[in-house]
This record gives sequence, structure tokens and C-alpha cells, in this order.
Amino acid sequence: MRKLLRRPVFLIGLVITLALFAVALLSLVWTPFPPTKMNIVHKLKAPLDFGLLGTDQFGRDVASMLMVGAWNSLSTSILAVLLGASVGTAIGVVVAMRRGWLELVVMRGCDIVFAVPPILSAMMLGAFIGSGRFTAIIAIGVFMVPVFARLALGAALQIWTRDYVTAAVSMGRPRLKITLVHVLPNISNQIIVQVTIQLGLAILTEAGLSFLGLGMPPPTPTWGRMLADAQTFLGQAPWLALMPGLAIALAVLGLNMLGDGLRDLLDPRDNS
Amino acid sequence: MIALLIRRMLSLAVTLLVVSLLIFTVMDLLPGDPAAIMLGTSASPETLAALQKQLGLDQPLPVRYLAWLAGVFRGDLGQSYTYGVPVAGLIGERLAVTLPLALIAILLSVAIAIPLGVQAARKHNGPFDFVAGLFSYISIAVPAFWVGLLLIILFSTMLGWMPAGGFPGWDAGLVAGFKALLLPAVALALPQAGVLTRVARAAVLEVMNEDFVRTARAKGLSESVALWRHAVPNALVPVFTMLGLQFTFLIAGAVLVENVFNLPGLGRLAYQALSQRDIIVMQDVVLFFSALVILMNFLVDLAYLVVDPRLRAGAQ
Repeated sequence: MRKLLRRPVFLIGLVITLALFAVALLSLVWTPFPPTKMNIVHKLKAPLDFGLLGTDQFGRDVASMLMVGAWNSLSTSILAVLLGASVGTAIGVVVAMRRGWLELVVMRGCDIVFAVPPILSAMMLGAFIGSGRFTAIIAIGVFMVPVFARLALGAALQIWTRDYVTAAVSMGRPRLKITLVHVLPNISNQIIVQVTIQLGLAILTEAGLSFLGLGMPPPTPTWGRMLADAQTFLGQAPWLALMPGLAIALAVLGLNMLGDGLRDLLDPRDNS
Repeated sequence: MIALLIRRMLSLAVTLLVVSLLIFTVMDLLPGDPAAIMLGTSASPETLAALQKQLGLDQPLPVRYLAWLAGVFRGDLGQSYTYGVPVAGLIGERLAVTLPLALIAILLSVAIAIPLGVQAARKHNGPFDFVAGLFSYISIAVPAFWVGLLLIILFSTMLGWMPAGGFPGWDAGLVAGFKALLLPAVALALPQAGVLTRVARAAVLEVMNEDFVRTARAKGLSESVALWRHAVPNALVPVFTMLGLQFTFLIAGAVLVENVFNLPGLGRLAYQALSQRDIIVMQDVVLFFSALVILMNFLVDLAYLVVDPRLRAGAQ
């Protein structure tokens, strides 16, 4: 515990991330006002003038929308990262097990998938199957696959050179079993750290998608669309553009710090 | 060296071919008929059939792919459905905005990151290092398009110094053009600068402990000469590698920032193509961007080989 306290990056990251999750979960059962309820009489009110953070052009409560936005952003991002992490890690460890031409093909494939930014693949997907949460999850998740595949392959290859793995091989253990028993548990720390960091990236990307109208459809509040709506009122109500952006930045900052902190904490080389 | 170069070029060509095939196939596998999507629900069956024929949709996939690819080699990317002009010309026109925007952003991010990173490494663990670290944490976390909105609020709405968006065209003069691109470029550069500052700091820290820098200092060179003449040039390699790796994110950022500032660039073109259901334009822009990312990574690889003789030997 004392070791934890000496790691401010980890602690700050943890606090911000926990707060983010708490707000997101709270929004499922309680928000100050119904987030989609319009109240034209009280439109474009400044913070504290009406509600905690004011109202938007339809008189909807900004604080309530931000809370629900946290849930929408987090749930989409988590599903996308889980998709990318599970598929990518599976590909990585299997390639590490087989190597040979498969490694070459998969790594080239990773380069190619990584070359298409999720914003663009979401646009292509959106044109055909319509935009929405599913499109966002697929577009972000697919983009994450190469990240995890490369990481898992590199980490798994290192494990395969360890003595206990060599011993297991010489004892005739099947390679799949070695992968499940020795490789996966030993690379899980690195995967967890990467999941945290990619979660931040996913939140940024999701915000970008919903800013362009490629995320969840209205009236569901998302941070990205709140910013897009705020753009019309930059002169009249600049604060509308402030809060959602701050929420995105804080969420990403927290996750990035948590990821960095976890990496330091879990890295055995750094325990001196 | 030449043989190596040829091998790399061949592999680049194969990669680009695979990308084009992949994009084409994925678009084909997705549910929905491009012609129907482009025309919307109210189209008559005759119009639909005519457009399908015009787009060559009545042909099998391999034929269509080869026809499209042959077109790409001739510089013919097809006809835009909404603009009624060749897509190649459209991309060229929009590139005149996106390319300078990206270049200014890259220059800005390097100009911010190198001094910050070098100084942070030099005053390792000091207050400056802390501030530089804080800067990179925050700038990586803020969305570029939000920075764009804040810049508009500050410099256009409140101060009135800068245009809130739009592009006068290069015909209006270099100054007007650059002025329109400056705020978007700053918004685009900031997250990149955060990433690059970290890389520069780490690279300089690592290099500073190496023998050649110690030798340089032992020779009697002052600390800052040893730093800038020996340590920094070596630290530039990882910075430029990162720049190449970040190119995907730069493009994604450009799509968003162009929409915030209403710039008639490639990203806005892709977005407009989406809302106007101009599938051909979208497909071509996506291919163009992906090819650009792959080309960028290829150039970084190449630059690596040129800069680092050890890799040159190892790669052969």
C-alpha cells in the first residue's frame, strides 16, 4: 500500500477512472433531470443558472446529458476494446505458436488493417449498415486488433524462449496447452496495461465518431454530439463546448495515467 | 543496398495491392447495393438498373476489381456521383488543403516536441521535466476537434483575430491561405506534440548515457554542444519513427478538424461523400488515405535504413 502511495500517476489515474465509472453507472439509475427531456423555456442557460452545468438549445440539462454520455462512451469503448483485445491476443499467441509464413502474413495484415483509421472504416460501414453503436464498436474494435496482435505476438515469443517452456516442449506437451498454461498467463499483465491505454484511445475515437454523427443516433446523449451541437452556439453559449470536451479529456487522461501507472507497477524490472 | 531497396519496393507494391483488394471486397461483402444506397429509397427500378449498369455492378467481383484497378493505374478513379466530375480531380483539388494542413501540423508538432523533450531529458526529474510530462499527458488526452472549438471561441469569437473557419482558396494569396490553416493546424498538432515530446525525452535520455556522448563531453565539448550536436540528432530517429506511426491518427484528426473548421479538404470530402451517399468517392478517399499511411511507414522504414548503418547490414 505504501508502494502505491508513492506512485502518484497510478493513484490519480485510478481515482479519475473510478469516478468516471461511478458517474457512468450512477446515470443508469439517477440523473438530476431526465437527460432527453426538452424544456424550451429554459434553453441555453448558463451553468448554475439552471441545473449545475446549464442547459442546451432545447433546454436539456447538460449535467444529466454528460452523465448519460459517460455511460454511452464507456460502454461502447469497453466493448470495442474487448473485441480488439480478445481477437488480437488470440491471433498473437496462435502466430507465436506456429510462426513461419503465418507470422509474415498476419503481420502484413496487421499493417494493412492499421492503415485504415477507424473514422474512415466507420464511414464505410455507416454507409452500408447505418451508423450507430454497433458500427462504432466494429470500426474501433477492428482497428484495435493489430495493436493487440502485435503486442501479444512479441510478448508470447519472449515467453517461448524461457527455459520452463523449452522444458515443457521437450516433455512433449502439446503447443496449444503450453500456450494456454504458460504463455497466456504470463503475457496477461501486458495485455491488461494495453487494454487500459486503448480504452482511452477508444473514448477519443468514439467521441470523434459521434461528433461526425457516426455514433449512437439522437436523442441519446453522447459527448461527441454534444460538442457538435455546441458548435452552432459558440458565440451565444461557449460553455456548452467546454464541458463535454473536458469530460472526454479527463476520462482519457485518467485511463492513460492508470495504464502508465499499472505498467510501472506490474513491470518486474522496475521494482527496485 | 539497391537489391534491398527493390525488395522493399516490391513488398510495398504487394501490400498496396492487398489493401485495394481488401477495401474493394469488404465494400462488396457489406449488405446493401451501392446503387440503391446512392439513389435512396424513392428511385424507380429503371433508374436503379441504369446506375447499376453504369457502375458495372452487373459484372462479377473479380472483373469489377480489375476494371477499377486498371482505372487507378490510368489515374481514372471513376466519376463522382454527386459532383459529376472525375474523382481523381476532386481528390487533387482537396489535397491542396489537406496536404499543407498536415505538413504545417507536423512541423508545429516537431517544433514543440523537440525542444520540450530535449530540455525535459536534460533537466531529468526536475520541475521542467514535470511540466513537460504534464503537457504531454494533457495534450494526448484532449481531442483535436475540441481544441479546434476552443481555438475558435478564443481567437475568432472573443478576440476576432482569426477566421472561424472556411478556406479562401490559394488564389486569395498565400497569407490568407495560411491564416485559414493556422488554427486547424495547431489543433491537429497538439496531440501529436504530446506523443512526440515523450518519445524525444526518452530518446535523449537513452542517448545521453551512451559512449559517444560521454566521449564528446570528455573531449571538452560543452554540455549543450554535446547535447545538440551528438545526442539530439541520434534521438531524432525514434521521433521520426513515431511521426510515421502516428500518421493514421493525424489523418483521423484531419478528418475531424476539417469538419470543425469547414475546410474543403479530403476529410471533409469523405464526410460529404458519406452524407450524399457517394460510395465511389468514399471508396477512393479511403483507399487514398490508407495508401498514404502505408507509404508513410515505408518511407520511415527507408529513412531508418539510410540513417542507421547497423540496420542496413542487418536487413541484408
